[in-house]
Amino acid sequence: MSKVLMKGNEALAEAALRAGCRFYSGYPITPQTEILEYLSWRMEEVGGEFVQTESELSGINMLLGAASAGARAFTSTSGPGFSLMQEGLSYIVAADLPLVVVNVMREGSGLGNIGASQGDYWQVTRGGGHGDYRTIVLAPSNVQEGADLMAEAFDLAEKYLHPVLICSDAAIGQMVEGVELPEMKEHDINKFDWAVRGCKPGDPIRTIQNIYFIDNDYEAHLLEKYDKIEKNEQRWEMVQTEDADLILVAYGISSRMCKEAVKEARAQGLKLGLIRLITLWPFPNKAFENLAPCVKGFLTVEMSTLGQVMDDVKLATGCKYPVDHYGSMMALPEADGIIAKAKSMLEEVGK
Amino acid sequence: MKQKAPVSISSNPHSFCQGCAQGIVNRLIGEIMEEMGTTDKLVVTTDVACGAMNVEVWNFDTIVGAHGRPIPTATGVKKVRKDVLSVAHLGDGAAYNIGLAETVHGALRDDDVLVLVLNNGVFAMTGGQTSATTLVGQKTTSSVKGKRAEKEGKPFHVEDVLGKMDIAYLARCSVDSVPAIKKTKKYLKKAFEKHQRGEGFCLVEILTPCPTNWGLSPAASMERIRNEVIPQYPLGEFIDRGGEE
Repeated sequence: MSKVLMKGNEALAEAALRAGCRFYSGYPITPQTEILEYLSWRMEEVGGEFVQTESELSGINMLLGAASAGARAFTSTSGPGFSLMQEGLSYIVAADLPLVVVNVMREGSGLGNIGASQGDYWQVTRGGGHGDYRTIVLAPSNVQEGADLMAEAFDLAEKYLHPVLICSDAAIGQMVEGVELPEMKEHDINKFDWAVRGCKPGDPIRTIQNIYFIDNDYEAHLLEKYDKIEKNEQRWEMVQTEDADLILVAYGISSRMCKEAVKEARAQGLKLGLIRLITLWPFPNKAFENLAPCVKGFLTVEMSTLGQVMDDVKLATGCKYPVDHYGSMMALPEADGIIAKAKSMLEEVGK
Repeated sequence: MKQKAPVSISSNPHSFCQGCAQGIVNRLIGEIMEEMGTTDKLVVTTDVACGAMNVEVWNFDTIVGAHGRPIPTATGVKKVRKDVLSVAHLGDGAAYNIGLAETVHGALRDDDVLVLVLNNGVFAMTGGQTSATTLVGQKTTSSVKGKRAEKEGKPFHVEDVLGKMDIAYLARCSVDSVPAIKKTKKYLKKAFEKHQRGEGFCLVEILTPCPTNWGLSPAASMERIRNEVIPQYPLGEFIDRGGEE
């Protein structure tokens, strides 16, 4: 199959259809609106259903209905819209429903702005809505990876009967790159016995429930599910970490700037490495095992003011290394800035 | 008259209060499904609160939706399974307070969904607070001196909002007497038949009692519907698209 040029957002939308997704309900918000616009005409071509709803609240709950009936379904949003979807996501987790939600991150709390940012890390990795839960979170760093992860997201959602988030950002969503799209697949809406469809009198009834207080082993079921996901689904990429003095930790658009920084730093004689997070949850703890003795610390590079990934790096390393953060919620991190920060951090550590 | 319960209603113990009308409405749904031969096609999405307790007694596929959102959820079901009868089952608080946007836009899109609103004029599960349909002067646990029109607003009438919309069916009925229940069944069956034919958005509002939160006996609650609620909330069919004028 040959490559085509596509916008990140549109590649995500097309990849979802090729994964057999035949239902989308959502609401416009920059910088993800191309997904909704693309599906408004493309969904019909593949025989699916598209609904532009009155709000993200309605969109996520319509999605809940389609997924309850066994369809592959997804929605997309950004920032404030993603916050509005949190109640619905909590219900979807409680009901053990497989579906996919794309969050194309934008800047800031409140209305913020429409530019790229990475401030939703805590929200996507800590649950985001009410109650005790987490969702699987995949973070693409380019258009191709977005398309690949979208195809995989539905499989993961069905494997664990759990929602999967794709955490993209305005930069990856808006950029145009070459992409090899996955093959078109069909999804069987009757694949799962639990999906509602009407039942013959006398047959066991199906209930998509989110009240489990009566189920004695519900907590054991939860623990087993989350343990399995943490054990089996950590994904990451290592870049020259084997001899690194300092390891950068990044995901999404920032990780691309980090790759450039590693290359430039090494040309200057500074040994930087990179751990690129592909799953944000489960956090790739395994990437932080068996580190080379030369490693002196970690620098997270994120489009965030507070440095949200730092907590997870500290947990993954048992707080044995200094961990610092470089980045701004408003600007892409530049290689020069990353290298300067890495140098000053290493000097500090060396004292 | 049929003495046997419809097969779609189980004999599981239920947890409704004395005098609650959920059972009456359930029986009507079950009878209509048997008459139409569609028991195996029914999927009902309930709201949270009292209506969600129905999943223990219903012998058909169900979804417990989020508060105020059963209409989009039932629409989602119908969009991907055209052969099912997809019902959104909710109360006045869900349909006209928190979920009014969903009610209006479901109607605006003329979504293929049957909406059943059990209107008892209070938020019953949380202890009887004021809802959009609480009558002026009615005492509730959040308007202890009685609802004031100038402060909490006048009662909401669904026919004022959806009455001019291009939807398949809009009706209000009651369960306060046997004749009223028979009429309710007639309206409900018409809505189900329209829904089966894919004619668009159908909403049936049923005036129901809440003896627990009204502080009345079951019998006095039915009298209150007759004497106080129906005069404010006229019964009848407001929209019957394609039907006899």
